[in-house]
Amino acid sequence: MKTYKLMKEDFPQFLSLLQEKGNLYGPVKSKNHYSFEKIDDLSKLTFDYTRTLMGLKKFVTPPKYKVKHFDKSGSEDVIPEDETNIVIGAHPCDIHAMKILDKLFLGQIKDPYYKKRRENLVIVGHSCLPDENCLCTSTGTDMVSDGFDLFLTELQDFYLVWVGSSKGLFIIMSSEDLFNDKIEMCDIAEYTSWQENRQNSFKTTIPFHLMPDIVHLIYEEDELWDQFGEKCLSCGTCSLVCPTCNCFNVEDKILIHADEVVRERMLDSCTLPYYSVVAGDHDFRPDRTKRLKLYYTHKLKEYIGKWGQPACVGCGRCVTYCPVGINVKTVSNAFYEAIQCVREVKKI
Amino acid sequence: MISDRTKLENPYEDHLATIIDYRDLTSDTRYYKLKFVEPEVQEHTGDYKPGQFAMFSIPGVGEAPFSISSTPTRPAFLEFGIRKVGSFTDALFKKKEGDTVYIRGPYGNGFDMKSMEGKDIVIVSGGLGAVPLRSVLLYLEDKRELYNNVFFLNGARTPEDMLFKEDFLAMHAREIIETHLTVDKDPTGEWKHNVGVVTTLFEKINGRVDKDNAYALICGPPVMYKFVIKELLKMEFSKKNILMTLERRMKCGQGHCGHCAIHGVYTCLDGPVFNYWDYERMVELI
Ligand SMILES: Cc1cc2nc3c(=O)[nH]c(=O)nc-3n(C[C@H](O)[C@H](O)[C@H](O)COP(=O)(O)OP(=O)(O)OC[C@H]3O[C@@H](n4cnc5c(N)ncnc54)[C@H](O)[C@@H]3O)c2cc1C
Ligand code: SF4
Ligand code: SF4
Ligand code: FES
Repeated sequence: MKTYKLMKEDFPQFLSLLQEKGNLYGPVKSKNHYSFEKIDDLSKLTFDYTRTLMGLKKFVTPPKYKVKHFDKSGSEDVIPEDETNIVIGAHPCDIHAMKILDKLFLGQIKDPYYKKRRENLVIVGHSCLPDENCLCTSTGTDMVSDGFDLFLTELQDFYLVWVGSSKGLFIIMSSEDLFNDKIEMCDIAEYTSWQENRQNSFKTTIPFHLMPDIVHLIYEEDELWDQFGEKCLSCGTCSLVCPTCNCFNVEDKILIHADEVVRERMLDSCTLPYYSVVAGDHDFRPDRTKRLKLYYTHKLKEYIGKWGQPACVGCGRCVTYCPVGINVKTVSNAFYEAIQCVREVKKI
Repeated sequence: MISDRTKLENPYEDHLATIIDYRDLTSDTRYYKLKFVEPEVQEHTGDYKPGQFAMFSIPGVGEAPFSISSTPTRPAFLEFGIRKVGSFTDALFKKKEGDTVYIRGPYGNGFDMKSMEGKDIVIVSGGLGAVPLRSVLLYLEDKRELYNNVFFLNGARTPEDMLFKEDFLAMHAREIIETHLTVDKDPTGEWKHNVGVVTTLFEKINGRVDKDNAYALICGPPVMYKFVIKELLKMEFSKKNILMTLERRMKCGQGHCGHCAIHGVYTCLDGPVFNYWDYERMVELI
């Protein structure tokens, strides 16, 4: 991976450069959370933050968007225009989440709406330091080596800029005087000691690597799940904030003033009551426990089995936002504790 | 219709189709025959497998999945059997001959008819389950010489409730496929076939199926599966050769919306046809 140095005093110029290339988005503080917003005033940007309310998914599968338009002349897909949207400030877990969404939407059958939005997006990652809700060392998503266009590691006087794609490289090449590809030994030393310090500042771990088996084996132990099912409010917040939750609903809207119809997709959640109802009002997941089972099977055991990985990137959003404390941390810990048994097991 | 969805630039592209025929099958279920409007699309009408489904769309109402009930061996049109249960189907039932709907598909894995060649096949359906299995039946009639013994066991609550009753009575008469029909109750007193639940038909085929070289294809209401599977296991069917087609809520049909997920699979991509091993592996399947 090509790596450059960008001096901190040149950072504003780098931001202006990005603004020239496309619409710039970045982390902004609103009342009680951070979110990626369009940046017109650079002073609004802040990089001293842990997590945004929603991750990068809002750029590629927004909470609500049009997919089709119907009128007298027929049906037309609403594919977004070509444009460049640059988001700066994404953390490693956000980028990992995007890689999971890419697998889902750009696998064998490509979603044309996602595809265009994804092609329009340039991701400039940014290093971060964890708080007590971050679980990414457990999920193996604390570091990222691809899935971004550029990634900035913020050190004392400079940024280390990692180039992850040709799009990223073009940005660098278009203003070469800002970047220096001579990285001194002392720069490396500063980076590695920053890295060490970061690794040491993680406070929370979960037995994530054991979870696929545990979830499988306790799947039918309903009392274990019920302690969460009974508390769950079916509010859907966990899905709204989880950067890998992508489920959507589809609805038609008739535009009264004209003979027109738009078909819209909106984020949905498997924790909501009607998620699995089929004809004849048969509900495959009639209670909250059954619905949480689906959510946590996907987060902790297998998202879609053939990918061989669960879909939690340890971002801690569910930990921060579930109003009743149901999250990957409490769920995995409860399951893990439940299997602690007094019988002595010989180590083989 | 293009069955290889991976080749499409836009797998959500839908195509206008005209209702060329329809009739009531029962008091709440209707038969529809459709033909695509654009000749380039119509040319590919037969590009699907029995057991696959299509997404219907009516602008302003929405989309809903329906099993294809016709056979790809008769590629001039598509047929469906649709029960009126809610908003989409209400709107569809208002449509008449010559009206149009949008269709995209085909979706789902469908039945692998090739792998069953040379084998015995037992088809068991109940209620609305006859819709997807009718596709298999017609396919088998057209390619009968490629298969060994074929049995069809179909049940309905009453003669009035039997979908495709005329078709199946004709099938019984044609004797290309050994057809056994049953009803739970016969209030009319005019029913000339079996009375009793669908599992009572198993005695008609007992000892006549080569269990080591046989497939069973099942579709029906959730309660039916358990009893039918019990009979098949008694006959020592191999678990991987017991195939069933299932229903889930579906919003996209191609692995994007998440609604049809069961554990780590999507019913719309990995199903709707599953085998009995899958069922034992995945608790929530039925
Ligand atoms: C693979 C597959 C094949 C099917 N084949 C047939 C068929 O051949 N014939 C037939 O009559 N029906 C079939 N169905 C069921 C059919 O899709 C539903 O009856 C239809 O979507 C109901 O739409 P509605 O708007 O009329 O009902 P609604 O007003 O939406 O609701 C009526 C009931 O249908 C449920 N429902 C709504 N949307 C869906 C959905 N997308 N998938 C499943 N259930 C839903 C609702 O939860 C409610 O219980 C199939 C379903 C699947 C998944
Ligand atoms: S788990 Fe928490 S956030 Fe999710 S639906 Fe239940 S109460 Fe809401
Ligand atoms: S499950 Fe929780 S911690 Fe894991 S990715 Fe989703 S919101 Fe983040
Ligand atoms: S119907 Fe959308 S994922 Fe299966």
